[in-house]
Amino acid sequence: MITEAIVLSAILFVIGTFGVLVRRNAIIMFLCIELQLNAVNVAFVAFSNLFGIDGQIFVFFVMTVAAAEAAVGLAIIISIFRHYESVDVGSFNLLKW
Amino acid sequence: MTTVLFYVFAGIAIGAAIGVVISRSPVGSLLFMVTTLAAIAGTFVLMEAHFLAAVQVIVYAGAIMVLFLFVIMLLNLGHEAQRDLKGGAFAVVAAGVGGAMAGMLALQLRGADVAATGAGAEAIAAATAEYGAVGAIARPLYTTYVVPFEITGILLLVAIVGAVVLAKRSDA
Repeated sequence: MITEAIVLSAILFVIGTFGVLVRRNAIIMFLCIELQLNAVNVAFVAFSNLFGIDGQIFVFFVMTVAAAEAAVGLAIIISIFRHYESVDVGSFNLLKW
Repeated sequence: MTTVLFYVFAGIAIGAAIGVVISRSPVGSLLFMVTTLAAIAGTFVLMEAHFLAAVQVIVYAGAIMVLFLFVIMLLNLGHEAQRDLKGGAFAVVAAGVGGAMAGMLALQLRGADVAATGAGAEAIAAATAEYGAVGAIARPLYTTYVVPFEITGILLLVAIVGAVVLAKRSDA
């Protein structure tokens, strides 16, 4: 089951990466980043079956950091939306060369 | 039985993850994401991580996803129907990056000799039998990992303050 879990983790991570690259909606991009974090969590739990409980504790920390990241990121999206009236990443080009 | 259930949960997780990427409505994406998280929680149960499965459902699917839903509703994006996927060359590049990553991960896995079970599973089972599912995680968390744990608390405090400052209207 460990091998299957690592394969599942890899597939979910690739889907998440593809989503971040291909979507325009900033909120969905965020959602895909959460998907990548969860893919890593699956790998951590799988490896905790080999190396002990530390992997599960790392998942705990990853979840906390994901919560903090979601709170700050969504606040940034809200303040960007106030300015541009859009969450389409194509419309934020202030830092584009 | 366990392996069959694992494949079921993995299939649901992958299918719903694809749904997250291709769904047109943001709320649809979000509901697919909740499905993915619930299926991942199922795989956690099968891998004997019961506490994390509960936290996954309560914190991730329950709290973080509701936060996303609040923002989607607050910004009134729920009915967005226009095309949201980047088309053309960008999709090709994204597929290339995804394919390259999948290939590299597959190469890594092909050579690896992963044991079906290991010393970790036995240690976790022993700790769970002695302290319970929560105690098995709580003990190392409050002893070996107490400094990262406290730093995480500070991180959450900073995130709360940052979120409030960022989302506050500057003229109010």
